[in-house]
Amino acid sequence: MDFHLTPEEEAFRAEVRAFLDENLPPGANTSDPAFLAEWNRKVRAKRWVGFSWPKEVGGGGATIMQQVILKEEMSKRKAPALGTCFMGLAWVGPAIIQYGTEAQKQRFIPDILDGKYQWCTGYSEPGSGSDLASLQCKCVREGDEYVVNGQKIWTSIAMWSKWIILLVRTDPNVAVKHDGITCLLVPMDTPGITVRPIKNMSGGAMFAEVFFDDVRVPVENRLGEEGQGWQVTISALAHERSSIAEVEGLKRKLEELKDLARRSTKNGRPALEDDGIRRRIARFEAKIEGMRFNGMRALTKQLKGEALGAETSVNKLLRAELEVALGEIALEMQGSAGHLEKEVDGGRWQKFALSWPEVVIGGGTPNIQKNIIAERVLGLPKD
Amino acid sequence: MNFGFTEEQDLLRQEVRKFLDAHCPLEEVRKLMETPEGFSRDLWKQMGELGWIGLTVAEAHGGAGLGWVDLTVVLEEMGRTLFPSPYLATTIAAAAIREAGSAEQQARWLPQLADGSKIASLAHLEPSDRWDLAGVALDAKPQGGGVTLNGAKVQVLDAPAADLFVVSYRSAGGVGLALVERNAAGVAVEATPSIDATRRVGRVRFDGVAVAADALLANASDAALGRVLDLATAAVTAEMLGAAEQDIRITVQYAKEREQFGHPIGRFQGVKHPLAEMFVDVESAKSILYYAAWALDERDADAPRAVSLAKAYASEAFARVGVDAVQLHGGVGFTWEYDPHLYLKRSKWARPAFGDADFHYDRVIQFGEAK
Repeated sequence: MDFHLTPEEEAFRAEVRAFLDENLPPGANTSDPAFLAEWNRKVRAKRWVGFSWPKEVGGGGATIMQQVILKEEMSKRKAPALGTCFMGLAWVGPAIIQYGTEAQKQRFIPDILDGKYQWCTGYSEPGSGSDLASLQCKCVREGDEYVVNGQKIWTSIAMWSKWIILLVRTDPNVAVKHDGITCLLVPMDTPGITVRPIKNMSGGAMFAEVFFDDVRVPVENRLGEEGQGWQVTISALAHERSSIAEVEGLKRKLEELKDLARRSTKNGRPALEDDGIRRRIARFEAKIEGMRFNGMRALTKQLKGEALGAETSVNKLLRAELEVALGEIALEMQGSAGHLEKEVDGGRWQKFALSWPEVVIGGGTPNIQKNIIAERVLGLPKD
Repeated sequence: MNFGFTEEQDLLRQEVRKFLDAHCPLEEVRKLMETPEGFSRDLWKQMGELGWIGLTVAEAHGGAGLGWVDLTVVLEEMGRTLFPSPYLATTIAAAAIREAGSAEQQARWLPQLADGSKIASLAHLEPSDRWDLAGVALDAKPQGGGVTLNGAKVQVLDAPAADLFVVSYRSAGGVGLALVERNAAGVAVEATPSIDATRRVGRVRFDGVAVAADALLANASDAALGRVLDLATAAVTAEMLGAAEQDIRITVQYAKEREQFGHPIGRFQGVKHPLAEMFVDVESAKSILYYAAWALDERDADAPRAVSLAKAYASEAFARVGVDAVQLHGGVGFTWEYDPHLYLKRSKWARPAFGDADFHYDRVIQFGEAK
C-alpha cells in the first residue's frame, strides 16, 4: 500500500494546477459563452479532451494515473467539462475507436473531440428498460440500406442531438436474445424520425421518446458487424472509469449541505448543532469516503492490468443512495419551507431533490445493481 | 499509487488462515468457549513462536517490526473465525507502551509481550462509559515519586488472563498511563461474562495500588494517548470487518443450499438484496479501514478522521450483518447449532468497543469544524 505519487505524476499535477491558476481564476464566469469557447479551445489544445484515447485518433494517450489526477484537479476547482460532446466522449467515441471502420473514425472522432454537435443514445425501449437485451426496434436490410421501424424512450437530449447511436433488432429468430442486435449510427434529421420530449417531475425535459417510421440508414453507417451490437455496447460502457468525478461532486455537495445546515435552524438552533443532523451528515461523509477508497482499490486493479468486474456496482449503489439522501436532508433542514419552490437559495435544493432519478434510475436501477452484486460477486443463483 | 496488499502481506494472510483453519476452526472455538479460560494456551505459545504476537513490536524488542496494515491482515483473519485469544489485548497494550513508554520501559516490557510470555491489556474504560480522555477519572495521588491508584476500570479486554495492565489515570498533571502488574497489592480482577463467549472481559479494581515512578509511562501526552486509542480502534475495526465478511459468506452459502418454493432461497430478491447491501457496506468500510491503517503507519495527520469514519461505518454495518444473517437463515438461524449467533454476539461486543457509531460520527464532524 502506498498512496504517494511518483515525481512524474506530481509534475503533471503541478502542470494541471498551473493551467487552472492561469485559465480559471477565482470568480471566473464559467457560464459565459465567450469564456467557455476559450476554455474549450485551450483544453482541446492540451489534448485533455479524449485524454484517455490513443494519440493516433487525436486523443491524449494518457496513463490511468494521469486521467485520475486531471479529473481530481478539475473537480476540485469546479472547472467546466473537458469537451462538450458528453455521450460522444463517454461511449460513442470509444465504441467507434474499437469497432469502427477507418472512414467512420475519420468522419466522427474529430467532431466529437471538437464538440461540433451532440450525440444521443437510443438503447431503452418502452418494453426494454432494465432488461435491455429484449429490445425489439425492427430493422430489415434492403440492398445497401437498413429500414428501421420502432420506438426508443428515455433518450437524453434527443431534441438537441445531430446523431444517434442506435440499437436495433436485425434478427428476431435467435435462441439467445443478446444475439441479433445491431448497432447503427443515424443522423437525427433522417426522414421518418420524430422526437417527443418527456416532461419530468422537476418540470424540465431532458429525455425524449424517439419514433422511427421507415427510417432508411445506409449500411456503411453500421458500427461493427450485423448481430454484434450487444458486444459493441457492452465494451463501450466498460470504458466508464472509476467514479472519481462523482466522488468529488458528492464531496462538494456535502460541503454545501453543511453550509446550509449552518444557515438553517432546528428547534431554535443552527441545524448543524443538532446531533441528529450532524450524525446523518457524518454518515454521508463515511459513505462518500467509502466510495473514494473503493474507487482507489478498483484503480489499483486497473493499474495492475486487471479488468474491473461487477465491483463497480458497489459505488453505483452508494451513489444512488447518496443522491437521494442528500436531497432529502436538504429539504428537511428547511423545515416547513422545504416544499416551497424558491424560498431558500433560489430553489436549487428543491431542484436537486427532484433530479436524482436521472442518475439513480438512468444508470441501471439500484435493484438491478443489487442483483449484479448478488449474482456476479456473491455467486447467488440467477433470478 | 498502490492501494493493494504486498505479496508478503498476502502470504501472511494465507499463513494465518491456514493456521486457524487447521488448529482453531469454529468447532474448536465452540469447545474453547466452554472452558474457564476461553482460549488455548498451547495455540498462544505457538503463535508466539511464529512471531505473530510481536508482529507490530520493533525488531529491537523481539518483534517483527511490521505496521498496522500488516496487523489488519492478521486481525481480519482472526475475526473471520472468531479466534479466541488475548491477541488484540496484548497488541494494543504493546502499542501503548511503544507510543508512550521511555526506551527503558519499552526494553523491559515489550520483549515479554512479543513472545507471548506475558499477556497484557489496556485498562481504559470506566463506569462513566466514555472512551475519550475526558472519561478518565481513575485517581492518581503522588506517592514518593510514583502514584497511588484508586478506582475501577470496566470492559478490560482479557482481564481475567492478563499479567500486566496499562492503566489510564488522572492526576493533577492530567491524564497518564501506568503499568500495573496483576499481582500487585490492591489489584482485584473480576470476570464479567459477555454474551459473546469467545471474548473475555473483566472489571479491574485498584484499591490504593502503589505504582513506582519507573512504571509511569514517560511520554504519555494527550496526543500519545489519542494515538493509542486510534491504533486500538483500527485494530478492533479490522477484526470486526473480518467477522462481518465471514458472516455474509456463511449466509450466502446457506442461501445457495436451502430450497423453498422449489428454488434455492438465494434466488429470491428478498434474500439477494439485503446480502448485496451488506456486502456494499462491509466492502466500503474495509476500504476506509485500509486507508486508516496505512495513514496510522505513514500519514499521521489523516489517521484520526479515517479511523473514526471506518469504526463508525463498521459498527453500523456489522450490527446489521449480525441481525440479518440470523434472520436470513430462518428458523435454524437462532439455534445454538448454527453459527450466525456467534457472529451476532461478537457484533454486540464490537459495536461499542472503543466508541460506537455516534461517538465516531461526532468526532468526524468535529474534525471538519476544526479544519
